[in-house]
Amino acid sequence: MSVVLSLFAIAVLVILPLIGTGLLQLEYLFGVIIPYAAIILFLVGMIYRILKWANVPVPFRIPTSCGQQQSLSWIKQNELDNPSTFWGTVKRMALEVLFFRSLFRNTKVELREGPRISYTSDKWLWLGALAFHWSFLIIFVRHFKFFAEPVPIWVDTLQLLDGFFQIGLPIIYVTDAVILAALTYLFLRRIFNPLVRYISLINDYFPLLLLMGIAATGILLRYFLKTDIVAIKELGMGLISLHPVVPDNIGALFYIHLFLVSVLFAYFPFSKLMHMPGVFLSPTRNMANNSRMRRHINPWNYPVKTHTYEEYEDEFRDLMRAAGLPLEKDK
Amino acid sequence: MAEKLPKPEQLAEDIKYSPPPKDWMDPKTEFKKGTFNYSAVPSALDYLDLPNPGKWQPHDEEWPLPDNWQETVLEGMRDRLKKYRSFQVFMDICVRCGACADKCHYFIGSGDPKNMPVLRAELLRSIYRRDFTTIGKILGPLAGGRKLTVEVLKEWFFYFYQCTECRRCSVFCPYGIDTAEITMMARELMNLIGISIDWICTPAANCFRTGNHLGIQPHGFKDSVDFAVGDLEDITGIKVDVPINEKGHEILFVVPSADYFADPHYYGFLGYLALFHEIGLDYTMSSFASEGGNFGLFHSADMMKRLNAKIYAEAKRLGVKWILGGECGHMWRVLHQYMDTMNGPADFLEEPVSPITKTKFENAKSTKMVHICEFTADLIKNNKLKLDPRRNDHRVVTFHDSCNPSRAMGLLDEPRYIIEKVSNNFFEMPENTIREQTFCCGSGAGLGTDENLEMRLRGGLPRANAVKFVHDKYGVNMLACICAIDKATLPPLLEYWVPECGVCGVHELVGNALLMKGEKERDTDYRGEPMILGKKAEAETEVAQKEAKDAG
Ligand code: HEM
Ligand code: SF4
Ligand code: SF4
Repeated sequence: MSVVLSLFAIAVLVILPLIGTGLLQLEYLFGVIIPYAAIILFLVGMIYRILKWANVPVPFRIPTSCGQQQSLSWIKQNELDNPSTFWGTVKRMALEVLFFRSLFRNTKVELREGPRISYTSDKWLWLGALAFHWSFLIIFVRHFKFFAEPVPIWVDTLQLLDGFFQIGLPIIYVTDAVILAALTYLFLRRIFNPLVRYISLINDYFPLLLLMGIAATGILLRYFLKTDIVAIKELGMGLISLHPVVPDNIGALFYIHLFLVSVLFAYFPFSKLMHMPGVFLSPTRNMANNSRMRRHINPWNYPVKTHTYEEYEDEFRDLMRAAGLPLEKDK
Repeated sequence: MAEKLPKPEQLAEDIKYSPPPKDWMDPKTEFKKGTFNYSAVPSALDYLDLPNPGKWQPHDEEWPLPDNWQETVLEGMRDRLKKYRSFQVFMDICVRCGACADKCHYFIGSGDPKNMPVLRAELLRSIYRRDFTTIGKILGPLAGGRKLTVEVLKEWFFYFYQCTECRRCSVFCPYGIDTAEITMMARELMNLIGISIDWICTPAANCFRTGNHLGIQPHGFKDSVDFAVGDLEDITGIKVDVPINEKGHEILFVVPSADYFADPHYYGFLGYLALFHEIGLDYTMSSFASEGGNFGLFHSADMMKRLNAKIYAEAKRLGVKWILGGECGHMWRVLHQYMDTMNGPADFLEEPVSPITKTKFENAKSTKMVHICEFTADLIKNNKLKLDPRRNDHRVVTFHDSCNPSRAMGLLDEPRYIIEKVSNNFFEMPENTIREQTFCCGSGAGLGTDENLEMRLRGGLPRANAVKFVHDKYGVNMLACICAIDKATLPPLLEYWVPECGVCGVHELVGNALLMKGEKERDTDYRGEPMILGKKAEAETEVAQKEAKDAG
């Protein structure tokens, strides 16, 4: 059901620009207004959400410790998995963000007769996730060529590396193939892994399908339907320089691509895609495990009703005296 | 053990990891006997000034809820979203990748999909989505939002009291989403309308009044300690001195109350006393700070703080320099992660230094509280103890990392070092079941009740299964641990799944191996069980070795 609805939503999102630019001549709307609106929504929404998070205090220091703590000098600390310093935490975070280290730990449980439970390493999710995210990042950066003149040297270099494994003409980018494969894997996994299907919502299928739509239209534009790159660059340069122009020889397919990207940007701050900034703000992973070394301050630490020793002794004084326990007040 | 319990093979047989075809949004929770905890009794709630709806039980059709209960819960949620960044961020960023799904012992042992950590969190997150997010407010169920109904509340009660706050799931989550923290929030929300369980609230009320969960009054505390002193004298011939509530000592020693009251904790307690006597430690215990454990942790941050306050207060009143803490899991979670923040700063204490080895415990320099395993490992490393590991030769030992010392502190190698020095037969369980990946006993966070036994046996299955593995492979017959809840709940668990294996504290092994000055000849351990290598046997081997040498 969620899958069908997500598919339906994507279909609508494809048809809108098709009709809009194909029939109704709304190129300016789809080429300029919607992209601008999407970017504004993205930036404002993202900053709003991040500030909202950052404004919430972290009352307690509760990092996950996944290794030996800093302890006696002769016991080797696991600085990466249980950092007690700022730099240790930075290293841990870098590995999480760049290589999805925790996901690398993933195991799969199996229950056999006996009962006998086994845990086998299961790295497919890690591989698929890493493949998707890295190719997304590279493709994203490659798009800078549409927004800068001259094209920065590092964008060119990246492009060259990406296209290194040349298969026929035009040059096929490795990342184009990888991102489609990875997204397909992530999508099929949601459908065929019974546990993952059970937890999946529209909120999960939709972004995957949206990304697949973006990748697919992008690939079509590049390899199958000849597109006027010069015109598209003109549009891109116009957008980035805030002097938008709409060249006429741009096909509907491009507007579909652009519209889906706009939807992604607009949807981003309201969705689980916020895990991108979120991972940096996750208190279990961005704090050092040093709560016995340095006092962590809770800004809202208010007084609570306690039971004092005096009240305790008042209640039990006679019994304590009879038991020979020392007393504060012996009257 | 309850009569209606299925046989182990049977219990395991009906575990299936295939969720039902229909989605989970529309709940109907069945409170099956053996799988839930009884409700909190009004007298305990009253004593703690907590709201309460009166007499009820979870399986009642009608729950006596206040009229505006939804408002109260949602208001409480808003409040906590503003107070805890963890809560706010965890509500927002889960991608439902499912990496945590099969990491929870309750899921592994029950196959109930709502015991997947991600889904446990979703039970709350779905309410959050509907009432606190833009998209959820507009799209409602289409965006995965749900309305807070009585059925949802019942489901919360069932599943948030089927989470032991063990944090195993957070180890695998790419963002470190800690479902334990979400469970804590959910429990706090239910507390606001008096929905709570007895096994948390009654111990908390006891603890507030008498200083310990068991409700032992000061004279009872002294009796227990005197009893232990007597037992130790019978076993070793040495009479140790244990000061109680005395001012002017260097160290305050705090233990979980089960240590001086329950079996097998008690033998570990004897171990501490023997150890302190042997090294001449200048310490006192307190009949008021007679509980390091803190069931407030399983209730609410406020309750935790209320119960924890006595520890620094007693340290101050008694004028000690620093505090030493015994073997206990959740107690150490509170001491390590919360105490200094909540009830500190402990500027009236000094940075802890071992009076015997002069080692500075740098890692405890602010909180000023040292774990007994850190303390003892340091003693052993500095050759301050005479140990004969052969006195534990009748034990083939494995070590269970308790959730909190491992995943809230990272206390992994200290106890292992100690065990290796006091025993000759130490075998690790498989790597996915120890250290930071350790499995819960299945009964933590206030769930260790008799009425909840079936669920506990299920939740404890992954742990027990790993014990069975080393039992079959190496003949392991003793599961050592450093947690009072473990020592109470692992024995029935193993009784069910691995009946040939016992449970002990690490300091029971220390005590057994400790050669005390002037001790009498011993041929039994603290439990009165014969030691294979007592003094006599030691002599015998020496003779045998000599003969072998002479012959060779
Ligand atoms: C700092 C940057 C980021 C990090 C560290 C990160 C990390 C992760 C991780 C660890 C997962 C879980 C594995 C998985 O389900 O694939 C994930 C999932 C996902 N990420 Fe990211 N991500 C980042 C940025 C982004 C961005 C910019 C996007 C989209 C444009 C994105 C889209 C997704 C999607 C759609 C999923 C879910 C995949 C699925 O449904 O299976 N991520 N991310
Ligand atoms: S591992 Fe983390 S992100 Fe993935 S489903 Fe579990 S809680 Fe969500
Ligand atoms: S904290 Fe432990 S019990 Fe709770 S959901 Fe996570 S793994 Fe399960």
